[in-house]
Amino acid sequence: MGRITLDKVVKRFGDVEVIPPLDLTIEDGEFTVFVGPSGCGKSTLLRLIAGLEDVTDGQIRIDGNDATDIPPAKRGLAMVFQSYALYPHMSVRKNIAFPMRMAGIPEDEQKRRIDAAAKALNLTDYLERRPGQLSGGQRQRVAIGRAIVREPAAFLFDEPLSNLDAALRVGMRMEISELHAKLKTTMIYVTHDQVEAMTMADKIVVLRAGYVEQVGSPLELYRAPRNVFVAGFIGSPKMNLIDGAEAAKHDCKTIGVRPEHIAISDSDGQWTGRVGVSEHLGSDTFFHIHDTGLAETITVRADGEVGFRHGDTVYLTPREDSIHRFDEQGLRIA
Amino acid sequence: MARAASPRRKAITTLAAWSVGLLIFFPILWTMLTSFKTEATAIADPPVFLFFDWTLENYSVVQERSDYMRFLWNSIIIAGGSTILGIIVAVPAAWAMAFVPGRRTKDILLWMLSTKMLPAVGVLYPMYLIFIQMGLLDTRIGLTIVLMLVNLPIIVWMLYTYFKEIPGEILEAARMDGATLKEEILYVLTPMAIPGIASTLLLNVILAWNEAFWTLNLTAAKAAPLTAFIASYSSPEGLFYAKLSAASTMAIAPILILGWFSQKQLVRGLTFGAVK
Repeated sequence: MGRITLDKVVKRFGDVEVIPPLDLTIEDGEFTVFVGPSGCGKSTLLRLIAGLEDVTDGQIRIDGNDATDIPPAKRGLAMVFQSYALYPHMSVRKNIAFPMRMAGIPEDEQKRRIDAAAKALNLTDYLERRPGQLSGGQRQRVAIGRAIVREPAAFLFDEPLSNLDAALRVGMRMEISELHAKLKTTMIYVTHDQVEAMTMADKIVVLRAGYVEQVGSPLELYRAPRNVFVAGFIGSPKMNLIDGAEAAKHDCKTIGVRPEHIAISDSDGQWTGRVGVSEHLGSDTFFHIHDTGLAETITVRADGEVGFRHGDTVYLTPREDSIHRFDEQGLRIA
Repeated sequence: MARAASPRRKAITTLAAWSVGLLIFFPILWTMLTSFKTEATAIADPPVFLFFDWTLENYSVVQERSDYMRFLWNSIIIAGGSTILGIIVAVPAAWAMAFVPGRRTKDILLWMLSTKMLPAVGVLYPMYLIFIQMGLLDTRIGLTIVLMLVNLPIIVWMLYTYFKEIPGEILEAARMDGATLKEEILYVLTPMAIPGIASTLLLNVILAWNEAFWTLNLTAAKAAPLTAFIASYSSPEGLFYAKLSAASTMAIAPILILGWFSQKQLVRGLTFGAVK
């Protein structure tokens, strides 16, 4: 079981309020991702749940029990750190065994769990090595192994893939998702990478300056961002946000159109502009269009076969049913 | 930055390094040489360097006149004991300062170190009285405590520097893994800091071994370590240089050998953290 409830949780460092009163419930078995720009308080929030930071005010409950003043060791949560935080003086086997040793689990049971974890994480051949002799991806797997064997109520991941290279990151993303599918344990995952958030989460919590901007499934956030910030943060490339006359036509302060919801043509369309930089991904091409009179740049996603060149004049047409409208406060107009 | 050195430049640097090294080592070398001379050769003018009749007579006389082993044993107990005691006190202190620093941690560290700037003789009188009152005068336990206190700021400071180098996340991981504070220090922090702790131990054994002010002033016969052994050969009725040298050589030999075999560790420890 691992239902985690935050009840008006506040964190202050001296006079600085990092987390204003915050309510949040993470359901048992859910994969929740905290996402936001750096300094938004997402790591602090995770550390509060872990117990590595003291809550200034409010209550944290794990499975209904008040855990606010319980030390991290007793909360039954496991954490995977960005820097892996392996014990450099212990072999992989001893690293994985450490939490079980602390819990006083019998040796034969320890061995059984280590072997199972090593098999699941492809670490069987490396059990006698030291962390220093492993690659980044292997180290991260050891850290995950160390977390698994505890059979925790919930896993906490603090930007676990940030130190890995791009190819490895995609692979590890899948592995963590598969692990969640298999274990069905609550997982809380902190990242600044919205692609990780979108691909892995059951539920995304978007944070900015300690405030929860929106909570929802990846597609809810993508389809109906609650405000301009979420609209701009979720989705890659970013949503085009347009102010002024064009927005006024739709009776609002700002309109947002995603790059994939704009048609590009060389003959006719609603807006006119000139092609700037093109990013060719093969399957898709992103065109950055200038001189539209709408915003500095309008990003358009087109099929990989579409071949406009730098300086070409193009015509753009947004999909009318995919225009997001926001009011003066930046809030979504339904 | 590495700079390519010309052979000429390299030769000059090597020569300079050897000169400085020899200059520093010379008093020890001279003491050792003198210990193998007769008293007459020892005060010969001009001094004789290498070509004299080598004799072991001084050593046998010294051993006859005073019981070397008793002083040696005292030295080992006092130096070793004060260092171990110091480490036991300093590890938790350095842990607290390195990982849960308060607003005044830096000030406390500096203040601790500032006690080293006080001339020891300034507190000799009160210390002496306290020792008499507590019946600690001329006891090993008394000296062990004093030397522990004298070196404690250095031990704490050194350990603090080493601990600062250990990423806090690893200790947090231990906490998440269910380790209590004691287990965290015992199983994670200490093994990771072993090189640092070893250098600290070593340096403090050396410092305690060589400490002469308190060991001379607070002991008489029973607890006297090797420093007192040397001092007993500088008598008011005139110095016997060769015998004094023999006693000195015997006193510094153990620590010199220890230092020689652990020099790699010692250098690494002293420059730890300076170069990443």
